[in-house]
Amino acid sequence: MSMEVRSPMQGSILEILVKEGDKVAEDDELLILEAMKMENPIYAPSSGTIKEIKVKKKDTVDVDQILIVLE
Amino acid sequence: MTESFPLLNQIIFNTGFLHLQINHVIMWIIAFTFIYLAIKKGFEPLLLLPIGFGILLVNLPLAPIMGITEGAEGPQRELIRWFYDFGIASEIIPCLIFMGVGALTDFGPLIANPKTLLLGAAAQFGVYIAFFGSIMFGFSLQEAASIGIIGGADGPTCIYLTSKLAPQLLGANALAAYSYMAMVPLIQPPIMRLLTTKAERKIRMKQMRPVSKTEKIVFPLIGTILICMIVPPAAPLIGMMFLGNLFRESGVVERLSHAAQNELLNIVTIFLGLAVGATMNADKFLKPQPIFIFFLGLAAFAFGTASGVLMAKGMNLFLKEKINPLIGSAGVSAVPMAARVSQVEGQKADKHNFLLMHAMGPNVAGVIGTAIAAGLFLTMLK
Repeated sequence: MSMEVRSPMQGSILEILVKEGDKVAEDDELLILEAMKMENPIYAPSSGTIKEIKVKKKDTVDVDQILIVLE
Repeated sequence: MTESFPLLNQIIFNTGFLHLQINHVIMWIIAFTFIYLAIKKGFEPLLLLPIGFGILLVNLPLAPIMGITEGAEGPQRELIRWFYDFGIASEIIPCLIFMGVGALTDFGPLIANPKTLLLGAAAQFGVYIAFFGSIMFGFSLQEAASIGIIGGADGPTCIYLTSKLAPQLLGANALAAYSYMAMVPLIQPPIMRLLTTKAERKIRMKQMRPVSKTEKIVFPLIGTILICMIVPPAAPLIGMMFLGNLFRESGVVERLSHAAQNELLNIVTIFLGLAVGATMNADKFLKPQPIFIFFLGLAAFAFGTASGVLMAKGMNLFLKEKINPLIGSAGVSAVPMAARVSQVEGQKADKHNFLLMHAMGPNVAGVIGTAIAAGLFLTMLK
């Protein structure tokens, strides 16, 4: 079953800390979203494998936009 | 040869060294401390650096920096005295800063969740606590109001009100206000944790509704009319802030919006910092008063933080959809530092909780709230 990690707010992708195929545990840092000049880490909601990364560094993202698909 | 002695004597007598007193050196140390905090610790460097240098300049004996003399052609001002008289005493700089703040601020979170206006209002409670506290310490009503407003954690508003009601306190008040703004991440978290349970800190808030462009354009227009009709003395600050915001949201004057939040804001910040720093000469500053002001300002700030959090908890008694009380502390202005603190504290309790945008509502409401509080003081005391 796949799970989508969505952006909690508008911002830009500062850094992506995982790559497709990586195995992650719950609460691992996946990427850093910059909003209001603040670096906000986005954590894995559950353990799994990174199936797809839908954004790249410096991308501007909207609220609720899918960032990463976990499997 | 003998003729040159008086000349040499005069040169030596007119160097600063012969006029240097221990008070000057103490002020230099204060100046260096602020410059150090700005450079090394990153505490509000945009302000503390020019303020620190202003303190240094004005405490160089005999240096023509801040003086004013009555000449045949009217008052003769020295360099920074011009910045002070025309920038601060005449209220121009704080209002221009507010234009920049308006151009920088997205009021969307407040429009999407107008309830948060109450949190911004509640945080002003600290202003009034410090106001009454200052009266008890023997400050006049005007001085007490200008000290109380430090609790709003809004530098320009503090300078605006102080320059109108108690200009003699300007240096100490401005320094206290900006110091506390820099220390928001140190002062607020213990108070926030003390007043909330872990379960409350974990409350997740629903995604905010999107705000339309029309709403964002209408907001500064209605806000200006409403607030300026209720509290007319707040009009210079509020008017400029909403003008800046209209530049931003209208989408048709990108250049003006950019200038207001960049070039203009940067330029007036230089004059503001220097002029505020230069009000702090040793004779006026090294008295017990500024120490009291630091203490009272801290109390104002702490009470503001606490009342914002408690208001959020109070609102939760009636709300179906609970709000995380950690966003209440963002009701003190200090944009966006206070909102960031809410985010950091929220994420400490629950890694998947994002309060930043929710906290921006009370945060921007706090800016409006502090400007209104200043307007009310002016109505009562000017």
